[in-house]
Amino acid sequence: MIRDITIGQYYPAKSMIHRLDPRVKLVCTLLYLVSLFMFRSISGYLIATLFLAAVIRISRVPFSFIVRGLKPIVMLLMITVLFNLFLTRNGEVLFHAWIFTVTEGGLVTAVYMAVRLIYLIIGSSLMTFTTTPNELTDGIEALLHPLNKIHVPVHEVAMMMSIALRFIPILLEETDKIMKAQIARGADFESGNIIQRAKSMIPLLVPLFVSAFRRANDLAMAMEARCYRGGEGRTKMKPLRYKCRDYAAYIVMIAYVVFVVAVGRMLPLHVWIF
Amino acid sequence: MSIKLEHLNYIYSQGTAYEKKALNDVCLEIPHGEFVGIIGHTGSGKSTLIQHLNGLLRASSGELYYNGENIYREGYDMRKLRNEVGLVFQYPEHQLFEIDALTDVCFGPKNQGLSPEECRERALEALRLVGLKEKYYQSSPFELSGGQKRRTAIAGVLAMRPKVLVLDEPTAGLDPKGRDDILDQIAYLHEKSDMTVILVSHSMEDIARYADRLIVMNKGAVMYNDEPKKVFEHYRELEEVGLAAPQVTYIMHDLVKRGMSVRTDVTTVAEAADEIMRTLVHHCTNS
Repeated sequence: MIRDITIGQYYPAKSMIHRLDPRVKLVCTLLYLVSLFMFRSISGYLIATLFLAAVIRISRVPFSFIVRGLKPIVMLLMITVLFNLFLTRNGEVLFHAWIFTVTEGGLVTAVYMAVRLIYLIIGSSLMTFTTTPNELTDGIEALLHPLNKIHVPVHEVAMMMSIALRFIPILLEETDKIMKAQIARGADFESGNIIQRAKSMIPLLVPLFVSAFRRANDLAMAMEARCYRGGEGRTKMKPLRYKCRDYAAYIVMIAYVVFVVAVGRMLPLHVWIF
Repeated sequence: MSIKLEHLNYIYSQGTAYEKKALNDVCLEIPHGEFVGIIGHTGSGKSTLIQHLNGLLRASSGELYYNGENIYREGYDMRKLRNEVGLVFQYPEHQLFEIDALTDVCFGPKNQGLSPEECRERALEALRLVGLKEKYYQSSPFELSGGQKRRTAIAGVLAMRPKVLVLDEPTAGLDPKGRDDILDQIAYLHEKSDMTVILVSHSMEDIARYADRLIVMNKGAVMYNDEPKKVFEHYRELEEVGLAAPQVTYIMHDLVKRGMSVRTDVTTVAEAADEIMRTLVHHCTNS
């Protein structure tokens, strides 16, 4: 059911990657995603694949779990591949039927685009698999801190984000519970046409909204009771501090980026796609 | 008319890091018309167990028979099962959604395909049974007090006239009077209509007062399944798994230890008082 969506979920395990500072993981993920678009040769792809495989290995997140996270983007992937395949006119024609033409360039672009997209998703979900939502928002807050200077309420945004993230599993659980309770009373969420189905959601949505508002109210009250008043002058119980392994991770990441860009662009063994 | 569970196992999130075995080889038989209490520590699998009874959860392995029919058989009519096995969840007031209490109680009967008049009739009957005052029938369920909401929600299940009523901690968070009211009402229903009642509770006192049979769950498995007074004999083992026998059990055992020859298998305060009186009278007449 809803629980089966793994994208953006945290996967508890004890690994090097899990222990890294969230800022490191955020920055490195971003660098990796950018690096995917910085090379154009097959050797670049090879290096990017090896690097990703190594990180997955170190993170101890099972490969099957990661693959499951790709399911929701299968549609998007198919569309991208088909568009690239049929609309790129570049190089030798491999196949032609009616209005469909496949060229060598098109084929290569389609495959590379697909690989890039998949790595994009795996790379970013690897970050969420190895970082708890709280760490993640802490990391984002720390990284965006300079924006305070231009009056962006960074702390407030981060707080809202962590509250929203924190409530996703709670609301999912609540949905599950209410759904079961209504099914026990004979409600039917599956059959009927679209209007009937929309109507059948009322017994689910009304209690869900009521409970969401009640929880929001309780939370606001609890925060107020502990004198919460925003970010100014607020200290943290567990402030983020870089450790040796974090610096090491940065160095590895930078080395990878330099290497992949250099090799991917300069090695003569290449296939141009642009 | 019975429910029979054979080697039922249930595993949450099978095949992931969150995998958790919630039920472990549960074998039970609940004959028709019995008042059964289920008790267990938080996380012992009580709630998981009762969600199997009307097919909301499907066992990972094992079989469940309702009136001798295997409910996991291909083509089994789950809707019919859910009409006959009414399930009142924990904090059932969270499921209220209609514009007024009466309409909300009509939701179940309406889903059973009854006519509006019949729905209304059943809803009125159910609301009377749970003892909600008539002036609240037209109020929005969100304006009612906690106890009134709880009654309305229970009525919502009763209005479907289930043959088996399963209640998951129906008295959690209620004051002592609200608690006794609701439990007395359920006991009355049980006597009047020979409905099977399965009551999940944390309170040994409540279960001891009402249940014919007590099932103790521990770590997903059935630990004891016997008459309450026989189960309470194991009060030391119960303590080890974070439960306790009713307080009268302790008093009686203490009295025996101090040389008074009372029976120790009494379960309620009234019974205990009678027993102590009897012993005292006996003692006086003898000496």
